[in-house]
Amino acid sequence: MSVADGQPTTQTHPKAALPFVANDERAHWHDKALWFVRHKRDVAVHAVPEWEQLREAASQIKAHTMAHLADYLEQFEANAKQRGVHVHWAADAAEHNEAVLRILQRHGAKKVVKSKSMLTEECHLNPFLERHGIEVIDTDLGERIVQMRHETPSHIVLPAIHIKKEEVGQLFHEQLGTDEGADDAKYLTEAARQHLQQKFHDADVGITGVNFAIAATGGFVVCTNEGNADLGTSLPPVHIACMGIEKLIPRASDLGVFLRMLARSATGQPITAYSTHYHGPKAGGELHIVLVDNGRSDVLGQEKFRRSLNCIRCGACMNTCPVYRRSGGHSYSYTVPGPIGSVLAPSRGMKEHYSLPYASSLCGSCTDVCPVKIDLHHQLLAWRGEIARQKVLPWSKRTSMKLGGWLFRSPALFRLAGWSGRLALRLLPRWAIYHRFNVWGRQRDLPPAPKQSFRALYREHQQRRRSDGE
Amino acid sequence: MSSRDDMLRAIRAHALPDAPLPKTTALGVRYDDPTAQFVKLVEAVGGAVLHARDAADADAQIRQLEVFQTSQRRYSNLPGIGESTFDLDALARPHELAGTGVSILGGEFAVAENGAVWATDAGLKHRAIYFISEYLVLVVPARELVHNMHDAYARLSFENPAYGLFISGPSKTADIEQSLVIGAQGPRSLHVVLLGD
Repeated sequence: MSVADGQPTTQTHPKAALPFVANDERAHWHDKALWFVRHKRDVAVHAVPEWEQLREAASQIKAHTMAHLADYLEQFEANAKQRGVHVHWAADAAEHNEAVLRILQRHGAKKVVKSKSMLTEECHLNPFLERHGIEVIDTDLGERIVQMRHETPSHIVLPAIHIKKEEVGQLFHEQLGTDEGADDAKYLTEAARQHLQQKFHDADVGITGVNFAIAATGGFVVCTNEGNADLGTSLPPVHIACMGIEKLIPRASDLGVFLRMLARSATGQPITAYSTHYHGPKAGGELHIVLVDNGRSDVLGQEKFRRSLNCIRCGACMNTCPVYRRSGGHSYSYTVPGPIGSVLAPSRGMKEHYSLPYASSLCGSCTDVCPVKIDLHHQLLAWRGEIARQKVLPWSKRTSMKLGGWLFRSPALFRLAGWSGRLALRLLPRWAIYHRFNVWGRQRDLPPAPKQSFRALYREHQQRRRSDGE
Repeated sequence: MSSRDDMLRAIRAHALPDAPLPKTTALGVRYDDPTAQFVKLVEAVGGAVLHARDAADADAQIRQLEVFQTSQRRYSNLPGIGESTFDLDALARPHELAGTGVSILGGEFAVAENGAVWATDAGLKHRAIYFISEYLVLVVPARELVHNMHDAYARLSFENPAYGLFISGPSKTADIEQSLVIGAQGPRSLHVVLLGD
């Protein structure tokens, strides 16, 4: 698979990113689009003087919840049931999909509208339901666009961030009959609105994700800007909400902390346009909640990586990541891309996702912007250690790391390598430096070799200072 | 029930160090002029605010709005403010709301911090009215304004009505090349009327 397929890749990150970085103009366009969102986040965050206290509180609430997760899940279940909600438990993706299908079949449902849910992406719910003859329409505009292109989201908040408006125009012209060549965002959004209105009208069941579930009240919150989740749950009689077990918080008052941070971190908005609190089914309707583990309880047991379960899926770490911005979401081999995805993925399959913790410069910007204080770059580094220890790295990388370690441990050897490197860069012809073994030099040139080493420069400088001082 | 027990057992297999639950009430920002802050934020998220002395004043101002005058099908559940051209309770299914122009509904309170209004489905047979209407007008008592989200949750119990939501501005999207478009799937406009002093 490649990036062109628009599916999570099975290749290593550098390989999968090749087609993306080959188009320099587009890679820069993508970089800028995300930096724009990052900037909006900064403006919104700086307007909240108590931001750091909120981060600390959010992180403490999550740590507390994780320490008592089983108790809170039981409390949530009891309270939700009391409000007439059907609660389902799914240990893995297959059980989740089966649970959803059973509900749909009981209602003879053929048409489903779904609002954005990374969990259902993670479980590959759409293809599963389609195989059983059910039409699933993603109703978030960005998600609908990638669905029409038979792709997956390349970002968890901005699913179509990798697509240009001209391409959306062409897609809508082919599939929705908009004017050829029309690429005005307003015009295209209006066309999607008309198209989706019919889908909402015809739907038998609405599926949503869950942003936060409240143990003390048995309710949950869904946040959107478009209002698509709200139409999808207020028109069809049946609502199925799918949530990972880490979405739980103890008290409704904790939402004060999280709702203040989510939209500001995600898009720089003070709050999403709609933050809807569901407590029980609507009159004459039915409400189901599917609680999904799918590897989360394993992560709970890994001390170094446990905090990744704090994630509220705001996407801020992606928007700020220099590697994500310049390689695109489809170069990651996991449903959730970027720094948080690269931390979550290896516990789902170390062999499959070993390259992701290396898709980072470890600059730490992700950790700085994370509203729930996940130590993302430390976890990325910890995964590298884990991956090396388990000998998952390919032979070439293992050997070069070993050689590197050996070189850095011996000052004499290091000096010799520096000297010969400087000489080689000056004397050798281009073909002898840029060849298939020099992976680093594929897209870039090595810097011109300095005349002397840093060590020599430093010695000279010290001597000069000493003679100046005399 | 076996998946349930398996999941709970798998979670309990990991004994995690306890961490205290923090107090969150003291975290909220407070404003010298919360009304001015609210107005600024509603406008920033693409909405508009009207100030009305009383119901009659609100009614007069709403009738002046273009969204009111151009709507053939209107709904209001507020006595003396706006008007209804149909009976919501007579509609068997929410789908019959399709084609509704402006809806004028009561909001319970407003939040200065983010320009949001808390609304519920109390007395509304179909909650879809909030989302299917082309234009939305929310009328909130001006004194029911809290500074921040912590104060907001201190007011909420989720009992009768259980359902409710924060609405901040009209429906919007920026999914096509980050260009903001107002009026995605839900209402194309939002007016908040602050009623009284």
